Amino acid sequence: MHQVRLEGVRKRFGGLEVLRGVDLAVSRGEVVVIMGASGSGKTTLLRCINFLEEPDAGRVVVCGVDVPCGEKHRGRNRSARIRQIRQQAGMVFQSFNLFPHMTALENVVEGPLTVRRMPRRTATELGERLLQRVGLSDKRDEYPSRLSGGQKQRVAIARALAMEPQVVLFDEPTSALDPELHEEVLHVMRELATEGMTMVVVTHEVRFAQDVCDRVLFMDGGVIVEEGSPSEFFAHPHHPRAQAFLHLVDHAGRAPSMVELVR
Amino acid sequence: MWELFLRAYPFLLEGLLVTVVLGVSSFTIGSAIGLATALARLSSIAALRALAIAYLSVFRGTPMLVQLLLIYFGLPQFGITLEPIPSAIIALSLNVGSYQSENFRSGILGVDRGQREAAFSIGMTGWQALRRIIFPQALRIAAPTIGNRFIALMKDTSLASVVTVVELTRIAERIGSSTFRYMEMFVMVAAVYWLLNSALSLGQAALERRLARAY
Repeated sequence: MHQVRLEGVRKRFGGLEVLRGVDLAVSRGEVVVIMGASGSGKTTLLRCINFLEEPDAGRVVVCGVDVPCGEKHRGRNRSARIRQIRQQAGMVFQSFNLFPHMTALENVVEGPLTVRRMPRRTATELGERLLQRVGLSDKRDEYPSRLSGGQKQRVAIARALAMEPQVVLFDEPTSALDPELHEEVLHVMRELATEGMTMVVVTHEVRFAQDVCDRVLFMDGGVIVEEGSPSEFFAHPHHPRAQAFLHLVDHAGRAPSMVELVR
Repeated sequence: MWELFLRAYPFLLEGLLVTVVLGVSSFTIGSAIGLATALARLSSIAALRALAIAYLSVFRGTPMLVQLLLIYFGLPQFGITLEPIPSAIIALSLNVGSYQSENFRSGILGVDRGQREAAFSIGMTGWQALRRIIFPQALRIAAPTIGNRFIALMKDTSLASVVTVVELTRIAERIGSSTFRYMEMFVMVAAVYWLLNSALSLGQAALERRLARAY
């Protein structure tokens, strides 16, 4: 069974159709990387999976929770199912979005305490274990303002994992970091992939995609225009825009994040 | 003057107590009204938004004194007769509520959008996100204006003297009229207000320093 399935997902912002009917299926344990130029719809697609953006049409199924989208599908019990999806699909943001009024540990245990209603003691044990896993045991009582970008992102990953999700969604997790801090975040993500976590990652990190992922999707103009294993995608991209995009990959193995390909 | 002060000071203390009770209770009730109004204004339900805007428009667009007179002298015509202190507390609460609503609203809007998304992404309900994530941050953003409103309210309580509430100002008037020493009495009362609000200002500054240090 698929952990994440999107069928014909469409999303429009005003006059701009950002997603024009996207189908996607991610199996258990699979790591999928989504690439594409700015404006191709990749972040919107990711945000549709956990309903941070509400699709205008189509259907989203995450871990068996099925939510059809569109005007005629609004209703009371719908928001409960969306919350169920969000608990199953953790998210890591480009700008971390840590809670600034809480320490690292408090950030991590917030979900277990408030949403999962876990006893404080159990939640604290879980939180400490997760901080240790991302290498930040010594920062448990620091506020986010005292952490580096890489440390913040690692706390954010621990916060997502604290809900014990089936899937983790990564939205350009290294794009806001200085280059020398990328590796500490990618390292945690690699470990997570090795442990069999299902991951959907929007990123420009070509090397990460080559080493870790099972499948690369390339988006353009609101649709997936190419998909394949990383070895075939990076060696022989077929779509002209994928070719142009990969041509711009710099020597550090990262596609420049602000590339605006000429249409 | 000293001998007048010695005679007046038990009454001044009593008046101060009433002033503080008026201020603290109106601030508490008014803050609750303000929070509810702020949430109504940010709500997706158009009727709630309209109701909130109508309330704000009326209570911020008319003088506090007129609101108080309406409640104390106007309502009895409709068979609603209220004692002076409840009248004053209702008027002050409704008035301060309209200001607090704007303070809370700008605080809530000042919290980064990503905070809401992060809260939702771990499966929180809208209410949990508000209570645990948005509101604690909004309160810090709004703390200076909220503190200023509290001090302003402490001074506004003097208007309650008009509807015969025996608070500080009314005490001064009373003793002044019986002794014909208005000047001394109003200077004394002004000094009490000043001391009270100076203490509040110091408290406010200390609170803001603490809030700034927390993160």
